[in-house]
Amino acid sequence: MSQPALSKSMTSGESGLAVVFAVTAFFCLIASAKALDAPFAFHAGLSAAASLAAVFCIINRYFDRAAALPPAEINGRPNYNMGPIKFSSFMAMFWGIAGFLVGLIIASQLAWPALNFDLPWTSFGRLRPLHTSAVIFAFGGNVLIATSFYVVQKSCRVRLAGDLAPWFVVVGYNFFILIAGTGYLLGVTQSKEYAEPEWYADLWLTIVWVAYLLVFLATIIKRKEPHIFVANWFYLAFIVTIAVLHLGNNPALPVSVFGSKSYVAWGGIQDAMFQWWYGHNAVGFFLTAGFLAIMYYFIPKRAERPIYSYRLSIIHFWALIFLYIWAGPHHLHYTALPDWTQTLGMTFSIMLWMPSWGGMINGLMTLSGAWDKLRTDPVLRMLVVSVAFYGMSTFEGPMMSIKVVNSLSHYTDWTIGHVHSGALGWVGFVSFGALYCLVPWVWNRKGLYSLKLVNWHFWIATLGIVLYISAMWVSGILQGLMWRAYTSLGFLEYSFIETVEAMHPFYIIRAAGGALFLIGALIMAYNLWMTVRVGEAEVQRPVALQPAE
Amino acid sequence: MSFWTRHQVFEKNSIILIVGILLVIAIGGLVEITPLFYLKSTIEAVDGVRPYTPLELAGRNVYVREGCYLCHSQMIRPLRDEVERYGHFSLAAESMFDHPFQWGSKRTGPDLARVGAKYSDDWHVNHLTNPRAIVPQSVMPGYPFLSQTEVDPDTIADHMRTLRTVGVPYSDDQIASAGADVKAQADPDNSGSDAFSKRYVKAVVRNFDGKTGTPTEMDALIAYLQMLGTLVDFKIYNEKANLR
Repeated sequence: MSQPALSKSMTSGESGLAVVFAVTAFFCLIASAKALDAPFAFHAGLSAAASLAAVFCIINRYFDRAAALPPAEINGRPNYNMGPIKFSSFMAMFWGIAGFLVGLIIASQLAWPALNFDLPWTSFGRLRPLHTSAVIFAFGGNVLIATSFYVVQKSCRVRLAGDLAPWFVVVGYNFFILIAGTGYLLGVTQSKEYAEPEWYADLWLTIVWVAYLLVFLATIIKRKEPHIFVANWFYLAFIVTIAVLHLGNNPALPVSVFGSKSYVAWGGIQDAMFQWWYGHNAVGFFLTAGFLAIMYYFIPKRAERPIYSYRLSIIHFWALIFLYIWAGPHHLHYTALPDWTQTLGMTFSIMLWMPSWGGMINGLMTLSGAWDKLRTDPVLRMLVVSVAFYGMSTFEGPMMSIKVVNSLSHYTDWTIGHVHSGALGWVGFVSFGALYCLVPWVWNRKGLYSLKLVNWHFWIATLGIVLYISAMWVSGILQGLMWRAYTSLGFLEYSFIETVEAMHPFYIIRAAGGALFLIGALIMAYNLWMTVRVGEAEVQRPVALQPAE
Repeated sequence: MSFWTRHQVFEKNSIILIVGILLVIAIGGLVEITPLFYLKSTIEAVDGVRPYTPLELAGRNVYVREGCYLCHSQMIRPLRDEVERYGHFSLAAESMFDHPFQWGSKRTGPDLARVGAKYSDDWHVNHLTNPRAIVPQSVMPGYPFLSQTEVDPDTIADHMRTLRTVGVPYSDDQIASAGADVKAQADPDNSGSDAFSKRYVKAVVRNFDGKTGTPTEMDALIAYLQMLGTLVDFKIYNEKANLR
């Protein structure tokens, strides 16, 4: 590709972004100098350094690149942009292991409280948001960004929109994770579960998220296929809804623009309702819709079968996104939230069972005629088992949202068990399966380094999940029953601390389960690393997938 | 044209698809959240609930910072065992000045909505410093470092001003005396204690951590814990007036 006549110059994107980052670096330095508290000074300094690094990278990249930007097509075939996907895949694996490790640490702290070390930055209360954010937003988020950038290119048969924009999204998102995570350790939190980052991290995430939406949407708009593929509907619903939820839940007023502390605009009951409208739909759209998009692309690809039912996917999509939004109040059963809201939340949560299982059926039945592959392909097995876990959690969820069941389960470990059957079984396994597919594809390898290691990962992790969730089921139901147990004379039978003591063996089993899950992920990381390092390069890529209809 | 072919309008136009998504996801939230801002029955009419004193507010910020809400709820449900174990079920009014709310979602430890005045200050100091010295089976982390950090009386007025902007009814007087009130609440011999008690109904003036000098985060956190659930007098609370 020689274009000798073209003189090299910076694109407006390159020069504009470099200037914006240079100005940002300057203001961050001022903010760091004027900071009212140490964490804010640290974060402002970190942002200044990152902005300067960004300026350097943009200029350096400009000098290294050819005069013309990479073409959208080479020899009539799309020139896919795999760089940002590789970065996000790597970060997903990195954060995954970090998040699982912190999970194991806090699980162990509940079994052996001496592990808190009585220091601020190692205590359970600060590490727990680190765990949840690391696994949901850092691991899950990077998997979603990586796969969405891959799927949208392949299913639209065009190169990803933007030149620097995709890099801005993946690097900017991971910088948000860094700010959020270090903030938790330093005690910077709004205390809203799964939305703990303070106002400045929220603002930064908003900018990154809008860029994400624009890159994704612009790629769809310039697609070569007449139809938008079903996975992209789910990705789009995930991106758009998360933006709405983020903006709705997080409006806050900082005490000072030079300090980390802010006060959220909503108070008391309204704040509770906003929080769980956000919280449940972080599950619904981040951990469900986004990962269903993965299901709708990667399972058909891996099984080499079309999606079971196109019509079912339409019903699944609209019913799921409509019903999910209503389900939030089931986190607030029997609280001071008005009964009418609780009842609405419960009703819609039960209805949600149907589209959830519709989606599960669509995913599982895609294997019709290819079930034999489960015996030979552990990656496909992982993907399929993830859908089975999805079915299990989406039955358990509606059941727990029934008020009488919730009166027992709420505030106990049963909730933790439920979350982890979804998080480890569904989100974890579908992510692992997707990464096992994605890494050979984007690094142009014939296949994985070792399917045998995938098999080991699968069984070790499955055993871990079983230990984890069964321990939490037993401890949760046990604790719920102990709290409400009465003696024959009509007195409460157990003091609170007796119920805490009863949890001890289950906390040990749970930690063991978590350790197995972590070991599985380490095996995976080794396998993927070796795939990239020593895997055999693939010569000829197959043609992109068939259109949706 | 069948329903299924009509759906192509979404599949072939990304902007229509986005608008469709936005409309569909807006409904549930609008129906469930907006009425909570205007339906009068949402928050009970109760006497006694007041904004936090400056020291309690500082303590509440410690509570938030250390993630106490991850193991302790502040929401007693109207179930027989809970009202017997913890006291009267929580009212919406009791957390109406809470930005953010601290209802919690998990009880690894007991509910704290009415922990105020249940234990002595001494008990709290010892328990927070080393929980297993008081309750051997406890799995709570120790917080000995709270005694080593002083509360900054000079910045607390800014916090109250910010809270006033988002709707907490602090008076000018309360904000102006915030710095002095931090010290007054933790020192019964302080000359400002009487004025402080007039500004904050039912506020307890005590040397919470038993040490002299500028109040520490230990003072602040205990001041907060000791007021939780004590503001509403349930002997005169009219249950029937607030049935909903």
